[in-house]
Amino acid sequence: MPKLNKDEVHPKILETLLADTDISIEDALENEMVLNMGPQHPATHGVLRLLLRLDGETVMSCVPELGYLHRGYEKLAENMSYYEFIPHTDRLDYLAPMANNVAWALAVEKLAGIEAPPRAQYIRMIITELARIASHLVAIGALAMDVGAMTVFLWTFREREKILDVWDILCGARFTNSYTRIGGVANDAQPEAIAKVKWFIDQYEENLDECERLLNTNRIFIERLDGVGIINGEDAIDMGLTGPSLRGSGVEFDLRRAQPYLFYNEVDFKVITYPDGDSLARYFVRADETRESIKIIRQALEKMPQGEILLNQPKKVLPKKAEIYSKMEELIHDFMIVNFGINPPVGDIYHAVENPKGELGFYLVSKGEGNPWKCKIRSPSMVNLQSIPRLVKGRMVSDVVAIIGSLDPVMGEADK
Amino acid sequence: MGLEAKLNDNGIITTTVDALIEWSRKNSVWPMPMGISCCGIEMMAAAAPRYDIARFGSEVMRFTPRQCDLMIVAGTVTYKMSHVVRKIYDQMPDPKWVIAMGACTSSGGMYRSYSVVQGIDQFLPVDIYLAGCPPRPDNLLNALIQIQDKISRTKARDFQDQPLPELTVIQNN
Amino acid sequence: MELKELIEQKLKENFSSENFVFSEYRGELTLTLDKKNIVKVSSMLKGNPDLQFKLCEDITAVDWAKRKDRFTVVYHIYSLKLNSRLVLKANVDEEECNIDSVSSVWKTANWHERETYDMYGIKFNNHPDLRRMYMPEEFEYHPLRKDFPLMGIPGSLPLPKK
Repeated sequence: MPKLNKDEVHPKILETLLADTDISIEDALENEMVLNMGPQHPATHGVLRLLLRLDGETVMSCVPELGYLHRGYEKLAENMSYYEFIPHTDRLDYLAPMANNVAWALAVEKLAGIEAPPRAQYIRMIITELARIASHLVAIGALAMDVGAMTVFLWTFREREKILDVWDILCGARFTNSYTRIGGVANDAQPEAIAKVKWFIDQYEENLDECERLLNTNRIFIERLDGVGIINGEDAIDMGLTGPSLRGSGVEFDLRRAQPYLFYNEVDFKVITYPDGDSLARYFVRADETRESIKIIRQALEKMPQGEILLNQPKKVLPKKAEIYSKMEELIHDFMIVNFGINPPVGDIYHAVENPKGELGFYLVSKGEGNPWKCKIRSPSMVNLQSIPRLVKGRMVSDVVAIIGSLDPVMGEADK
Repeated sequence: MGLEAKLNDNGIITTTVDALIEWSRKNSVWPMPMGISCCGIEMMAAAAPRYDIARFGSEVMRFTPRQCDLMIVAGTVTYKMSHVVRKIYDQMPDPKWVIAMGACTSSGGMYRSYSVVQGIDQFLPVDIYLAGCPPRPDNLLNALIQIQDKISRTKARDFQDQPLPELTVIQNN
Repeated sequence: MELKELIEQKLKENFSSENFVFSEYRGELTLTLDKKNIVKVSSMLKGNPDLQFKLCEDITAVDWAKRKDRFTVVYHIYSLKLNSRLVLKANVDEEECNIDSVSSVWKTANWHERETYDMYGIKFNNHPDLRRMYMPEEFEYHPLRKDFPLMGIPGSLPLPKK
């Protein structure tokens, strides 16, 4: 990473980098070093650009620059209907695609004033928790790999492949599966899929214990993460942190408990918090949350009723494919919904769910047409990244990597 | 490279040297993972134990461009990022090949918007276009095998001050 | 006491001269206020020990594409104590496209306001660091305005040569 000179960095960024001192830029470039931890870097979890002002090895200040993956989601949403946007929500937090689908479906259902049938809600709960486990596995694996333990990365990916197998049987796509629909889910859960989920949750805990045995008592891992990137509870709320990063600072705030959606008020699970506020606490929160997810899946599988999986409301929900080809009314409704949209009533709502990374919120404004008038995606990764300059100040360059790994940002979500 | 410069005709020494060089080149293609978004995760899954990419010779995925010969562009390339991708491509030494992984790099994918480059062949020469959103890891391994076939058809002296052979478009279902 | 009456009472105690409009839709409470009061009302909502709206979830803007009051800046705030959400709305004209920044009240508002400036062009007064968030600094337009086309303006973003 070569030393930057003055014209390679935009003047406004330089101004921000020097904001808390009174030295001039030539002085800074002479005695200290402005280092560009560029968008292409093995340890920045995607295309995140960090400009660091270093005094030797210590970081004096840091300015993150986003926007290298800005794909224009909000503008795209204004030009397509609510159904057409479902595959786009997959690619937001691409480590847990099912969870984003469920969040969008819940937001549009709140706007339109409909509710999915109970069996669909239980299936949505199971796939959201599976997505949470998959996302936390990648977070733990990537954090361990950044710190130096490469084996854990391969083991957690092996576990993740089993979850991707489940999704493959369930809906046909391994990774970015647009499985939920407005008013339910796309197809019913097959018996093979449910059997595979049961097999997975039975053998998951011992594999997680195996990975943890490599890390939890490992002196190098603990010394690299303990006391690094400390933020206390009050500051964390002020900076807008949500999700495991907030719960690692001792604040017990989980949207599944505070504002329950789906059937989370009927299953019994613990909200994991650790009081320390450093990177090690955030890692422990993630590892323990996967155990709680296993408990939730087990209870949801027992409680799941038989029934239909798509709501029977022809003006707002697409009818079943077999009936479209044989009956007249369903054909007309399908035509109207696909071409003119579902036309929810005029108004605006904000709906937030507890995603693996934090609080994912959709703010939808409807003017009665088929396309939303405005869609704002409140992405947890972008807000979590805002606290990086504060966490990194005074630490060394190698701690920057550990801090980013413990905050677990996903740039597809942060850049929208 | 100086030895074959002197033996410029199709004698038996040059064909054996050619065969040796392209055999060794194709069996040790070291990829440079330009993992930008979702396709990057499938590329990581291709390096994971189930779809092992190391058995095809791509043992290490070096993140420094100076030691790689294949650049896998995985993920949506925006206008802001395109300068970075081009800079990294220029830093790779010859001979080099490019795989455009996924729909976003081939043609802009599902993002027809103001900030996404509609296809990376607007600023990079591409050898293989992979279809899929994201393509399965088996698909990526298939593309790697096609690149190895392509390398086996080249000759060592093709890379001396001459433009690269014309691009082949291979459609993967 | 219900949330609406509690907030009405607190607002009457502190700002009896201003007028506020409440509305409710699908279980969410919305408070529309004048754009010059936003910092005072926000710090009251955050600091008051009965309310404690400490978490600012989101700040965004809506472009209505009409002449008067073209933009509405929307704030979503959450109180962990009362376990409920409140929506604040302030209308902004196109000629005087600025509003006071609340980053002195909630630190997380910093990046949200930068993103709103980038996408809509609404300037925030007293913002510590107002620069563009997603688009490059040299970009001249504001993408989420209704008069900006989806495919962009050709030539506005440079591409490297082949």
